[in-house]
Amino acid sequence: MVLVYSEKENIAYELLNKGRELADKLGRKLIAVVIGGDKDLAKNLIAYGADEVVVIKSPVSSFKAEEYADILKQVVEEKSVETILIGSTKNGKELASRLSGILKTGCIIDAVDVYLEDNKVYTKRVVYSGNAVALQGFNSKPAIVTIPPRLIDPLPRDDKRKGEIEEKEYKVKPSSSSIVKITEMQTDSVNVEEADIIVSCGRGFKNKEDLKLAEELAEALKGKTIGCSRPIAADLKWLSEDHWIGLSGHKVKPKLYIAVGISGQIQHIAGMRDSGIVVAINKDPDALIFKSADYGIVGDLYEVLPKLTEVIKEKLG
Amino acid sequence: MKIIVCAKQVVDASEMKIDPNTKKPILAGLERKVNDIDKNAVEEAIKIKEKHGGSITVITVGESDARERLKELLAMGADEAILIPADGDYNVITELLAAAIKKIGEYDIILCGEASTDMFSGQVGPRLAGLLGIPQITYAHTLTVEKDKVIGERNLGDKSVTIESTMPVVVTVTKEINEPRLPSLMQILGSANKPIHEWSGESLGVTPKSMVETISLEGVSMKRKNIVFEDASDENIEKLVDNLLKEGVVG
Ligand SMILES: Cc1cc2nc3c(=O)[nH]c(=O)nc-3n(C[C@H](O)[C@H](O)[C@H](O)COP(=O)(O)OP(=O)(O)OC[C@H]3O[C@@H](n4cnc5c(N)ncnc54)[C@H](O)[C@@H]3O)c2cc1C
Ligand SMILES: Nc1ncnc2c1ncn2[C@@H]1O[C@H](COP(=O)(O)O)[C@@H](O)[C@H]1O
Repeated sequence: MVLVYSEKENIAYELLNKGRELADKLGRKLIAVVIGGDKDLAKNLIAYGADEVVVIKSPVSSFKAEEYADILKQVVEEKSVETILIGSTKNGKELASRLSGILKTGCIIDAVDVYLEDNKVYTKRVVYSGNAVALQGFNSKPAIVTIPPRLIDPLPRDDKRKGEIEEKEYKVKPSSSSIVKITEMQTDSVNVEEADIIVSCGRGFKNKEDLKLAEELAEALKGKTIGCSRPIAADLKWLSEDHWIGLSGHKVKPKLYIAVGISGQIQHIAGMRDSGIVVAINKDPDALIFKSADYGIVGDLYEVLPKLTEVIKEKLG
Repeated sequence: MKIIVCAKQVVDASEMKIDPNTKKPILAGLERKVNDIDKNAVEEAIKIKEKHGGSITVITVGESDARERLKELLAMGADEAILIPADGDYNVITELLAAAIKKIGEYDIILCGEASTDMFSGQVGPRLAGLLGIPQITYAHTLTVEKDKVIGERNLGDKSVTIESTMPVVVTVTKEINEPRLPSLMQILGSANKPIHEWSGESLGVTPKSMVETISLEGVSMKRKNIVFEDASDENIEKLVDNLLKEGVVG
């Protein structure tokens, strides 16, 4: 059996496409798991490719890795699951990792490709901050793989597909941890991953207000998308985390990436190495970012940005 | 309070070159260092010890030459280190860590980094928690330790989830949780007397096998033009914009 699980509905649909491919090749059934969800979701999962949906009715509410891993373990054992695909959110990663510890089996986080050869599961994943891709294979069952969001398109929805919905109740060992508070964080709902032109801001900016210099440039370029390095989002919180680019942030591939006041540490480069043309603006002539740039200007961003915006406006009209 | 920090020795990926003929990354001769975020984990351990007393043990599974780098963590403030020379996948690493932790016996908090800079999985912390059957708090960007409970805020990007847990517990920390201290000269000298134990899988009674095999590594090189204008004169800015127009990436 092949099992897919994500606490995010849209990611579960994406996983079902890959799960379908693996299940058909292996001649096995494709199971989707819903924890604490409703029947409508189960029907949708069938329409997107599942043969069977296990709806867990156990008394767990919010996501807790301890309890969710306990549930998945029971499904895996009951259904003799051999391949498990989990959505690579932060929750998904800690769930997959914990489950692999409980089952003492292999687990690969953030696979960018999953395929079969002689019924064995192989994956590719990016390692060394983007300097290499590792090809890995499983020597154990079940094989647990997490797949990042938006890597795979879902199959076209087919409401005529038939599948089984099974409601289940498992005994779950209650976790000795509890959620005491959930705070929604502000987001700007930007999608840097789809952007054509990104002006990206680093710690070279002295104040939050100064980011408008980057916004003005982005506007003149009709790109409008602002990105940033980790400290701008995570430490200073000048921008919401949907702007964050890098190893632990978003991976982007615009045709033009302008890095302003960013030093060019490898963890930042990991998120923008697939960009078309890279421009760097930095006052330090030895800044690493120039090694990862097509064009660079050594200069103070407070001088360069207004001038650059002006010239762009002149030339683009 | 007994605090255990799992620290990894990583290669410095920013120094990595790709062999132009084989297209493989060149790993030989690359400098190794302590995984950046594991220093945040040690710093957090020191803060907990400052508040509650107790001791800090650092464990690393890795090359036998890791001693030098373990000394850095002892100089920061860890009390002792355990080196388990071994090589293997995450099953091997976590089975060895778990066996060492069981040998230590009593423990309250196990700290790991959110992820290692070379492999970037974030697998070891939660995997170890599963193996030991204890709760976990991952991606903690704040941590408050009280006498009988631990409260951490998990940064999930779109929301922050505050978790309260009993001990023992595994906590994985983010880079933002603190600023790791630089040890003073006195501390560096003082750390020479702190013990670094070497334990093996056999002595711990486990011989775990790799469940995931790395078959090959393909280098990914990045070619850039590296045309750098040395100052921000009007002329240079004009030239830059003309180049961008020529590349067809603006307008
Ligand atoms: C596991 C891990 C994951 C990470 N993930 C990410 C990630 O996803 N994304 C990320 O970005 N980072 C990430 N980091 C952090 C990364 O290592 C760097 O610390 C970070 O990218 C630095 O951000 P910065 O370039 O904005 O700041 P700094 O390194 O402080 O650089 C600021 C730059 O601005 C320049 N400057 C200063 N003033 C001016 C001025 N007036 N005009 C022009 N230039 C000026 C300086 O010369 C300097 O080069 C990660 C780190 C770790 C350990
Ligand atoms: N070989 C190792 N020895 C000790 N701790 C490790 C080892 N590998 C990973 N860790 C810990 O697990 C964290 C996450 O690593 P990873 O799962 O590789 O991303 C690191 O920040 C360390 O705290």
